[in-house]
Amino acid sequence: MAHFTKATSMHDWLNQRLGIDTLNRVLATEYWIPKNINFLWAMGMILAITFGMLLISGIFLLMYYQPNVNLAFDSVNYTIMQEVGYGWLWRHVHGVAASVVFLIIYIHMFTGIYYGSYKKGREMIWISGMLLFVAFSAEAFSGYMLPWGQMSYWAGMVITNLFSMGGLHMDGLVEWIRGDYVPAQAYLNRFFMLHVLLIPLAIIGLIGLHFGALRIPHVNNQDGEEVDFDVEAKKYLAGDKANSKVIRFMNDFLAKDMMVVGIFLILFFYLVFYHYDFAMDPVNFDPANGLKTPTHIYPEWYFLWSYEILRPFSTNVGLIAFAFAQVIFFALPFLDRSPNAVPASRRGLFKIWFWAMLIDMIILTAMGKVPPIEPFGTIGFYAALTFFGLWIALPFITMFEKKV
Amino acid sequence: MKELFILAVVTVFTLVTYYLVEPFAHSHMHAHHESEKFAYKDLPALTKTGNVARGKDLVMGAGACAGCHGIKVAGMPAPMDAVTAAQAYGVNPPDLSNAGAVFDPKFLAALIKNPTHALMLENKFNAKTGKTFPMPQFYGAGGDIDQEIADMVAYLQSIAVPKDKLTANVAFETACGRCHAIHYEYNLDGKLHAPWTQIGEKPKFKHKQDELAFETKVLDYQDSLTKYLGKLPPDLSMYIRSRGEHFLSTFVEDPDNYLKGTAMPRVGVDAVAAEKVIEHLADVGDSKRHIREEVGKNVMIYIIIFAIFAILWKKEVWRDLH
Repeated sequence: MAHFTKATSMHDWLNQRLGIDTLNRVLATEYWIPKNINFLWAMGMILAITFGMLLISGIFLLMYYQPNVNLAFDSVNYTIMQEVGYGWLWRHVHGVAASVVFLIIYIHMFTGIYYGSYKKGREMIWISGMLLFVAFSAEAFSGYMLPWGQMSYWAGMVITNLFSMGGLHMDGLVEWIRGDYVPAQAYLNRFFMLHVLLIPLAIIGLIGLHFGALRIPHVNNQDGEEVDFDVEAKKYLAGDKANSKVIRFMNDFLAKDMMVVGIFLILFFYLVFYHYDFAMDPVNFDPANGLKTPTHIYPEWYFLWSYEILRPFSTNVGLIAFAFAQVIFFALPFLDRSPNAVPASRRGLFKIWFWAMLIDMIILTAMGKVPPIEPFGTIGFYAALTFFGLWIALPFITMFEKKV
Repeated sequence: MKELFILAVVTVFTLVTYYLVEPFAHSHMHAHHESEKFAYKDLPALTKTGNVARGKDLVMGAGACAGCHGIKVAGMPAPMDAVTAAQAYGVNPPDLSNAGAVFDPKFLAALIKNPTHALMLENKFNAKTGKTFPMPQFYGAGGDIDQEIADMVAYLQSIAVPKDKLTANVAFETACGRCHAIHYEYNLDGKLHAPWTQIGEKPKFKHKQDELAFETKVLDYQDSLTKYLGKLPPDLSMYIRSRGEHFLSTFVEDPDNYLKGTAMPRVGVDAVAAEKVIEHLADVGDSKRHIREEVGKNVMIYIIIFAIFAILWKKEVWRDLH
């Protein structure tokens, strides 16, 4: 049993019971971050803050939303948007944050790829990050169902239908997911539960894992330099802050994070108030109607690249390609055979691989949205082939990479 | 410098993606139509100056307008209630009280002379289909037909509410309200307005029976309308967000722009009334737009100040780190 003494202050009282000084040291003041970083290292904090905004705005929306096929549309577009004080603000924040969070996730991912931050002990950071990507995708899709507009309904129809397509023909699974022959009440209730409880719980757990995974290998830096954190920390603590290669998480790193967050929020709130249509598709302001298929059905922008990988092929090949695209990023740390954890600019062919992948995914994204007419069909087809070609080439080009 | 370069790279890729996914993709999905500013160039210009008194005689007498249309401001009730009228004609003929304020005079004249042409319904009502439009053509009352029509238009303009007093909801009710419902209540100038049905505002009922009786009437009316048009015209509650101002304006100007051969007639509103109709749809579907702009301004100011302090804090903290 621990020995407790009479507390001399509130701080001491808490410290004896919770060890807040130790916590503060381990999590903040002596959590060492390399100094040699740029603003891309603040994407994690931006993501945490955006997730916080999604959570808070979501709580307010949850107080008025009605998960019922007859009431859902009006509870969002009338009750929340027009009757509830500032309900429109919560919804715009929620809708815009849901879209912007993916932009930041992609920037965060490509930063990791560029700087090789998934290697040399950082594999679990990458894998937990990819799990977060999957969880965020599921959260975005389930949330998209809730306003029960035309895009909600038809996106739900198309995506659940995927399982019934091709050689497997799993119609039973589709009915099981929907709880009906078409997306209806049971379907809406399930996706409501997933969106407000199960997936957020998973996300919060995964964020814990992601942060935890950073702890032992530490954060990478922009030159891929191997920093001896113990030596550098001693230097810092001895007062030689200028020559130490590390900084404290708090306040040093946090101050830089908050600067980037501040600039990000200017863009974010500009979008919330003045430019929200990109995140709140006009088509979804038509109530769901199972008898009226919209002229164009397309996913939100962040799913377009994988949608386009599905689209240009015959059904079976398309489904396999789609499944491949969903999981292949998980394998990145193992497909990259090079021991170099340095920026792509110093890695020869990998540098070309990186930019080719980024540009290819942007092309896939664009082609996933436009109607499948020529020349877009052909461009999409070759962009999809390029995607696979790049992944197949990755182990080979990295195997022969020179050690730097 | 390096950070600015990285920021430029990230910004360029983000903007290119945005451009491709939004403006570029949408330009390939939806036809774009420029407004002709409600000029109705295909309709002949009015050449005669109308005489209000003679116009009144024609509207009430030889023109035979009052046989089907009510003119409440002139003390003329509609000859039939909305439900019966819709059973007879397919749709309830409009009350003409504010027709002169809402519809373009050129359009009104063309409508009186040849309704299916002005309404652009010749593809539906013609010798080939054997269907006749419920409103007959005006063949003249014995004098100069163009003068007579100009007189009638002048009369309708004289009894209508003055242009600057035309309210958004009256413009909507006159131009759209006999086919389209809006099931959202809306708050305007501190007053709560009832939902709109094709037969008028839905009143508050004390007794369930009365409410059900009203709803039955609405359903009967909608049945006639559906039979007449082939489909019940959509509820417009959220059209300001689902279609946007530009689409609504160019669609109302000429429905054929987007839906070739649609059952929706050209409505013939003038530019001012069209703006009022859209304002009404915004009042109903985007009622918080003013407060959104107001709050938006304040939040932007707050966030910019926050960012400045964040930058200053960073500079302060990093002073000893360099």
